[in-house]
Amino acid sequence: MDSGNIAWLLTSASLVLLMTPALALFYGGMSRGKSVLNMMMMSFGAMGVGVLAWITFGYSISAGDTMNDIIGDPFYDFGLADTMASGDAMGIISAGFGATFAIITVALISGSVADRMKFSAWLLFAFLWVIFVYSPVSHWVWGDGFAALLGPDGPLFESLPGPYDFAGGTVVHINAGVAGLVLALLLGVRKGFGKEPMRPHNLPFVMLGAALLWFGWFGFNAGSAFAADGFAATAWVNTTIAAGIGILGWLVVEKIRDGKATSLGAASGVVAGLVAITPACASVDAFGAAIIGLLAGVLSALAVGLKYKFGYDDSLDVVGVHLVSGLWGTLAIGLIANGTINGDAGLFYGGGISLLGVQAAAAAVTIVYSAIATLIIGLALKYTIGLRVSEEVEITGIDLAEHGETAYEEAK
Amino acid sequence: MKLVTAIIQPHRTDEVRAALEAAGVKGVTVSEAAGYGRQKGHTEVYRGAEYTVDLVPKARMEVLVDDADAATVTEAIVSAAQTGKIGDGKVWTVTVDDVARVRTGEHGPDAL
Repeated sequence: MDSGNIAWLLTSASLVLLMTPALALFYGGMSRGKSVLNMMMMSFGAMGVGVLAWITFGYSISAGDTMNDIIGDPFYDFGLADTMASGDAMGIISAGFGATFAIITVALISGSVADRMKFSAWLLFAFLWVIFVYSPVSHWVWGDGFAALLGPDGPLFESLPGPYDFAGGTVVHINAGVAGLVLALLLGVRKGFGKEPMRPHNLPFVMLGAALLWFGWFGFNAGSAFAADGFAATAWVNTTIAAGIGILGWLVVEKIRDGKATSLGAASGVVAGLVAITPACASVDAFGAAIIGLLAGVLSALAVGLKYKFGYDDSLDVVGVHLVSGLWGTLAIGLIANGTINGDAGLFYGGGISLLGVQAAAAAVTIVYSAIATLIIGLALKYTIGLRVSEEVEITGIDLAEHGETAYEEAK
Repeated sequence: MKLVTAIIQPHRTDEVRAALEAAGVKGVTVSEAAGYGRQKGHTEVYRGAEYTVDLVPKARMEVLVDDADAATVTEAIVSAAQTGKIGDGKVWTVTVDDVARVRTGEHGPDAL
């Protein structure tokens, strides 16, 4: 038993857990003053039901013995009983590490439903989504020692290179981005969307949240090495490069398009860069990480405007940031993986086109499954308990109606 | 007696207060205000989406003076608040029927 690896994984799991309250600040600052508490409560609520979902069936479906490469045995380890009894430090903390991933992934979705989703509906959604969407997809990519459906050497891509997803480009970001889009469509637009100003009420919160997310992301990416080794070190450095260059990419777009480089743009560029490097952090060199960060900032800065064009109210840009940059990072492996760090080389490093195709296929499978499964859960809730608060609640503020609290004396 | 009310740029508040003191005015009330004149509001851009902010922050300063001092005080405020840019604000004067000092119960000019 290597205590160094165990210590790093304990640290990493703690860092990843911090990302969810960081997300609460990031999203909370972007929301309006009358709904900031509800926004932050969706993240904290995800910590509650995410833990419950993980220890009941989520962990088993994600990490249990595979059933036809589709899902892990749901009754593999109810309540983590066997895992905890084993006394195997690496196994136990790996289960905990997995819980922190499930929590942050479902919490990411909450950005698309700002100001208008019933809190009870959110909690139920988050519980069901972790079990039926997050856990199966994580099983495909990471379950059973990378041998399941979407893992390298899995049945879908048996004789092909890849796919690679080191820390969750497909499982976490594409998955959450698609789910956010589906929920936003099911809920409909907020009253006044596209007409009234819905400006972020506290940009310092947003910047603090982005800073804490960057810090937590070291656990997310470098911790996904499951060891204090060269992969972890590579992932750490690539993570920082992509986040830093992501700021520049976003700000350049803003300067050209809007005339000013904004603080919200800088915070968003950090997150876009982090999202895109997540799947690729062990596959590229420093140059590759810089390209990934730069284009993540540029692409997401351009993509956040799409919601006005197409009329879906993805309030805090889960689609524009997580889906778009998650897709870019996943595909970028097929283009610029250098082949000497982790597995196969991408197109521009002499690896041919097949890795890009495999990466695209893995992304497509995730998109299709996430869209369908999220739609089913969302529709079931919509026609039973209902998803949306009344128009009156939306106007007066969801904080007071759903939580009996207001964040500020005069919130609008 | 006159009430002189000034709506000015918030960042000129200190200069105006000093000018009033130099002009012999013994007290002033300052409050935060929001509004617009010919300058209108301004535009802010968040993630590429433009928002028009209609009401811009202003400071409201109010001074009670003797009839004879009203013109001097108005000029003191105008010269101290002026930047020459659109949005500098306005100063107006209205006649006041009576003023009472709460501490002593004095009325009229004695209460100023």
